[in-house]
Amino acid sequence: MHMADALLSPAVGGTFYVLSGGSLALSAKKFRDQGDQSRVPLMGVLGAFVFAAQMINFSIPGTGSSGHLAGGMLLAMLLGPWAGFITLASVLVVQALFFADGGLLALGCNIWNMGFYGCIIGWLIYRAIAGKNPTRTRISISAMVGPLIALELGAFTVVLQTLASGISELPFDKFSGLMLGIHFPIAIVEGLVTMAVVNFVYQLKPELVKQSLGLSESGKEGTADYKPVLIVLLVLALLTGGALSWFASAYPDGLEWSVSKTYGKEELPGQETGIYGFLSKIQKKTAFLPDYGFKPSEPESQAEAGSSEESWPAISTGTSVSGIIGSILVLGLLVISGIVMFRLRGGKKK
Amino acid sequence: MSILDADLIDRHAYQDSVIHRLDPRAKLLATMFFIISVVSFPKYAVGELFPFFLFPMTMAIFGFVPAKLLFRQLALASPFIILVGLFNPFLDRTPVHLNSFTINAGWLSFMSILLRGALCVASAVILIATTSFPRLVDAMRFFKIPSAFAVQLMLLYRYLFVLLGEAQKINHAFLLRSGNSRPTIAIAGSALSSLLIRTINRGEAIWNAMQARGFEGDILTSQQMKWKAKDSLFLCAVLILSVLFRLFPLNQLLASLVRT
Repeated sequence: MHMADALLSPAVGGTFYVLSGGSLALSAKKFRDQGDQSRVPLMGVLGAFVFAAQMINFSIPGTGSSGHLAGGMLLAMLLGPWAGFITLASVLVVQALFFADGGLLALGCNIWNMGFYGCIIGWLIYRAIAGKNPTRTRISISAMVGPLIALELGAFTVVLQTLASGISELPFDKFSGLMLGIHFPIAIVEGLVTMAVVNFVYQLKPELVKQSLGLSESGKEGTADYKPVLIVLLVLALLTGGALSWFASAYPDGLEWSVSKTYGKEELPGQETGIYGFLSKIQKKTAFLPDYGFKPSEPESQAEAGSSEESWPAISTGTSVSGIIGSILVLGLLVISGIVMFRLRGGKKK
Repeated sequence: MSILDADLIDRHAYQDSVIHRLDPRAKLLATMFFIISVVSFPKYAVGELFPFFLFPMTMAIFGFVPAKLLFRQLALASPFIILVGLFNPFLDRTPVHLNSFTINAGWLSFMSILLRGALCVASAVILIATTSFPRLVDAMRFFKIPSAFAVQLMLLYRYLFVLLGEAQKINHAFLLRSGNSRPTIAIAGSALSSLLIRTINRGEAIWNAMQARGFEGDILTSQQMKWKAKDSLFLCAVLILSVLFRLFPLNQLLASLVRT
């Protein structure tokens, strides 16, 4: 479920940073306006509880695999949308740092996919089902339905983020089918466990489960004034996404770039100047394998004229091999510098 | 998830080295910039990514981050990346000729995904293994994260290992009574519930303690951050090298040196 840095483009990562950062600022403001400081330590320990809960693995009947609680809906039902969102966002920061879940660039995506859907959408579902008259049945139904919708939304957004980043080749229909399918049983289990836990809390401390609904009742005028904020947020995200992707595509980067640089053409016209020019002069003096006899490469015009897709087959043999040799040389340099750094560092900690 | 490793990383962050002593803001900025440079490569970039290993390698060596720990974290992070990436070789069958043999372009993008994953995960792990979490929160606070969020991060961190310990006790208790089987959903539900009630009670007790000490909505840290010349130097070095490696792939330069 965690989106990973490796599958993201900077434009998509940046866009979701804006979305999640905005939601976080909004939540922090809402939380401050509610003025209930007594929830601060509760949020802290409940965040830690989410981690603890993930240690308790249970068996999933009929599959032989095991699952654990993710906790978004639980936090929303106990803390309300804003405090719940802040708590889950903090959990995701710690997961990204200490448990290698997701990554630092993917953090914005993950806070959105799990926090926004899990807590804010989850809480809206809770309020829609149990809002006016929170009976035990209604609370149970929300605990079941909330995770189902939130997790499927999250899984679907992972698909969209991956596709928008263009690193994975998975086609939309197959990937979304796969993700939604995998997350359906996960969501059912999450719903069952959330239901069990919320029911238990409801028996012992009913006010805690009702309070999160009540808080919103008191801040009902609040619901009207966060809509413009959300719209501003959305516009901001679209602008960021648009600007970043324009920035990305304005560079002659894309596919041609990587193809030609990595495996393709001999030299680009621009290489006469700048660092390339400088280095090519050095190279003429220092080349240690001057007549490195590979087959000369194909004419460049073909690759340059073609669109990004068509430039693919125009990959020449000689340069591909020296491209690999270049990579091997880089690795060699890395190993040597690693050894030198080890020597420099010495064995003991200072 | 590996609690032992998280604990190891956390304890490592409180040790001392050249890297540990750098300003957390410099390390956070450098790491973010590094990650963005890495993921901004087009999807078939493989050899171009190699020079970027210089950054995590240098940080890990001078920060005394154990290689074993890094590799374990990489292994933890890999399954989803591999799962998604592994489709590429089968879906992107554009042929690429490398001297005598031909491979699918999908293999290149798959390798690129793995390298990106390794670089991003390694740099994040090294960041937290050389910067204690509270110092990192100080840095984030400097970059204007909401103060409610900063307080939440601090409290979460403070109780994280306490509650993980409690969960471990519950696990042990269950194992001692049941042999080696896993709890059913019903049993896990009641175990989690009792842990949750204890957690909520703990929260109330902490609230009382915090009030007694005059909590006013923010947790103050005593350590001051001081930006020194070496921090500027470190940050500049990472920024300049990232830009250079991004714009002028080293493997290409070396290849052209060889080729002539």
